[in-house]
Amino acid sequence: MWTNKQAFRNGLRDGLPIATGYFAVAFTLGIAARNAGFTALQTLVSSMTNLASAGQYAGYVVVASGASYFQMALMILVANARYMLMSSALSQKFDSATPFIHRFLVGYGVTDEIFGIAVNVPGKLNPVYIYSAMLLTVPGWSLGSYFGVILGNALPSNVVSALSVGLYGMFIAIIIPPARKDKLILTLIVISMVLSGIFEFAPLVSRIPAGMRVIILTVVIASVAAILFPVKDDPYASVDKEVS
Amino acid sequence: MEHNIYIYMLIMAVVTYLIRVIPLTLIRKEIKSTFIRSFLYYVPYITLAVMTFPAMIQAADSPIAAGIAFVIAIALAWFGASLFQVAVLACLVVFLIELLPFI
Repeated sequence: MWTNKQAFRNGLRDGLPIATGYFAVAFTLGIAARNAGFTALQTLVSSMTNLASAGQYAGYVVVASGASYFQMALMILVANARYMLMSSALSQKFDSATPFIHRFLVGYGVTDEIFGIAVNVPGKLNPVYIYSAMLLTVPGWSLGSYFGVILGNALPSNVVSALSVGLYGMFIAIIIPPARKDKLILTLIVISMVLSGIFEFAPLVSRIPAGMRVIILTVVIASVAAILFPVKDDPYASVDKEVS
Repeated sequence: MEHNIYIYMLIMAVVTYLIRVIPLTLIRKEIKSTFIRSFLYYVPYITLAVMTFPAMIQAADSPIAAGIAFVIAIALAWFGASLFQVAVLACLVVFLIELLPFI
């Protein structure tokens, strides 16, 4: 296990490139938050308390649609469900001598990228490594979304219109490369988009609000896929994809 | 019923935190169930796909511009463009098409 000094230095080294990437992603997330009616300060706080691009975006959709608090909780659970898998894997990286309190603190910072660098640490994990990486990634993420709202308010409307698709571009960039390698993922994505389109436009089902649609479709499609095509080995053994 | 944005934000924060911290503190074991592992593995792809389409088409002022950006973004990602390149070029496509007088 690294000494505190080594862990601190390595955390800064590995956190910096993640933080700059976060800034750019969070900027477009800020545009989405602004479109949902969030102020810059509310966006800043929600970024600091969530650190989750898909989760936050899902939350903004729920706020914009004015759905119930219960639906919000369900939506966040679905959008962030993968963190359960990551945290349970990360749990094995803790040394038994590491004080328990660190589990509560490290838990705050589990994102796709932080998880990615944490599992690659040789031996057991010194939590200082995560903390020093978070010193850069948390401000990068939070300030990025803050400036997204501020500039979204200042820029001309045609620029904001163009920037509004940026977040979806990133979602596409996350899901398409694995789909190219794995035809099953590709099939699931196509099915998901087709059903999502049907739920948006077809009579009757289009009355289901956007947030509920995401929850229902995700749970149903993922359940069917998990029953028909169970994943045998550790799917997150070498995670280096996806955004927070 | 009128909803308070700060209660929404509190729920977002608490649920997100619990999802991350419960496996680290209460469970502390690898998730063994193949069904749960497979389910959690498939969820991000499905939920991002559902959240992207058709929402992306409706995000810009012009659905035609956003629709073209959607197709181009998929093609770019398919042929190996980075996350940043896909996002920026999608924005650029919408910006340029919306400059056209007939859109």
